[in-house]
Amino acid sequence: MSDAYCQEFACSNLVVKELFASGVMSLIIIGVAGMFVGMVLGLQGFETLKRYGSESALGSLVALSLVRELGPVLAALLFASRAGSAMTAEIGLMKATEQIAAMEMMAVSPIARVVAPRFWAGVISMPLLAAIFSAMGVFGGYVVGVVLIGVDEGSFWSQMQATVDFQADIMNGVIKSFVFGFAVTVIALFEGFDAPPTAEGVSGATTRTVVQSSLAILMLDVILTAFMFRGA
Amino acid sequence: MSALVEINDVNFSYDQRAILKGINMSFGKGKVIAVMGGSGCGKTTLLRLIGGALKPTRGAIKIDGQTIHELDDRGLYEMRRKMGVLFQFGALFTDMSVFDNVAFQMREHTNLPEDIIHDLVMLKLHAVGLRGTHDLMPAELSGGMARRVALARTVALDPMLILYDEPFAGLDPISLSVVGQLIRRLNDALGATSVVVTHDVQESLKIVDYVYFIADGVIVAEGTPDAIRASDKPFVHQFVHGEMDGPIPFHYPGTTSYAQDLKVSV
Repeated sequence: MSDAYCQEFACSNLVVKELFASGVMSLIIIGVAGMFVGMVLGLQGFETLKRYGSESALGSLVALSLVRELGPVLAALLFASRAGSAMTAEIGLMKATEQIAAMEMMAVSPIARVVAPRFWAGVISMPLLAAIFSAMGVFGGYVVGVVLIGVDEGSFWSQMQATVDFQADIMNGVIKSFVFGFAVTVIALFEGFDAPPTAEGVSGATTRTVVQSSLAILMLDVILTAFMFRGA
Repeated sequence: MSALVEINDVNFSYDQRAILKGINMSFGKGKVIAVMGGSGCGKTTLLRLIGGALKPTRGAIKIDGQTIHELDDRGLYEMRRKMGVLFQFGALFTDMSVFDNVAFQMREHTNLPEDIIHDLVMLKLHAVGLRGTHDLMPAELSGGMARRVALARTVALDPMLILYDEPFAGLDPISLSVVGQLIRRLNDALGATSVVVTHDVQESLKIVDYVYFIADGVIVAEGTPDAIRASDKPFVHQFVHGEMDGPIPFHYPGTTSYAQDLKVSV
């Protein structure tokens, strides 16, 4: 095997390991939160639509709310709290315990070994988590709207199918979550590397990751929404 | 014997604060050298300068004929492959087992097959007496064991220069003696040069060939362990015998007198 092949193989192994840490380990919180959000949307949406006699549009309301906004935004906020803070704390502690310095002294680049796999894992897992959040949300809306309240199942799904556009709604949601994943991961990695090597330094960096990521997600959401859905 | 490391008129400052002032040292091949001094005297800074993590504000450090701070990133990494550094508390990777920690550099820098790496790791762990710990995680090791595993990792690729940053800090007497003996034995077995930055006088004098004392950023004394033990220089005497007061004062200098602080007239 050539050097380059071995390095690529080792690098992809590291990305898989980080995908597990930041993506797979976030699945439960994303899935459960997505379902609850979908259930609330089902309840609130039904109450509002009932006033106009449009209960059959519940499927559209739930799905559009989730794929356009709530899925990417809430999944990213949860990802920042769960995986972003973990990334910052882990790198901050590696720095405080001289593991990063040891790596450098062993002629191994911490950027290639520590930063790059986490970056790719964050960017790849975020859209997938957002998709799972939205899917679980739709299921939660179905359980509340159709199973518990009694909205017609056929109209719930057919309205959803008729109004949700793959390009305009789903793909724009994917792009949003990709951008959020990029922002959260970059902030988390930077804060981890920039953390003073003390207990207070690491805890402060972890807090900053969550606060800055949350604000960045909401700000980027405004900008992206303005470009994507203006007049839609 | 020719010098592996030559430190010529090295000065280093953090912002405006001078840490090292005109340091000259020479570390011969195959030797174990101790660099001693009180906390904050610039010992660890010197180690970081030798490792290329810092650049001197003046002067030069040559390792094997190459000026370390003039190397580009690629050259610096090439040089570091020939070095081993033992950090104060081991700096083992906490997400890897003992085996993977020792195998880390072999996997990163060589194309050795996994069965060869397995044998090499076992040899290194056997050399530090911890072959039986290969499946454990760093959190399951005592401080002394962690230091020995880190030592096995440090010599994983048979470096020509080994740097030790406070290798005796926080160890019980048995672990301290074991680590000291291992430093000497591994250096001799590898034919390497070792630089031990420490303030543990008694243990260091047992294993090293030459000692440098640093205080206030300058070398205040140097010599063989016997010469250091026999030295009548006030600083060396205070340091070797652990005296409370001397050239290094017990009281941190203040701006007011003791009587003024207690508001009494003398």
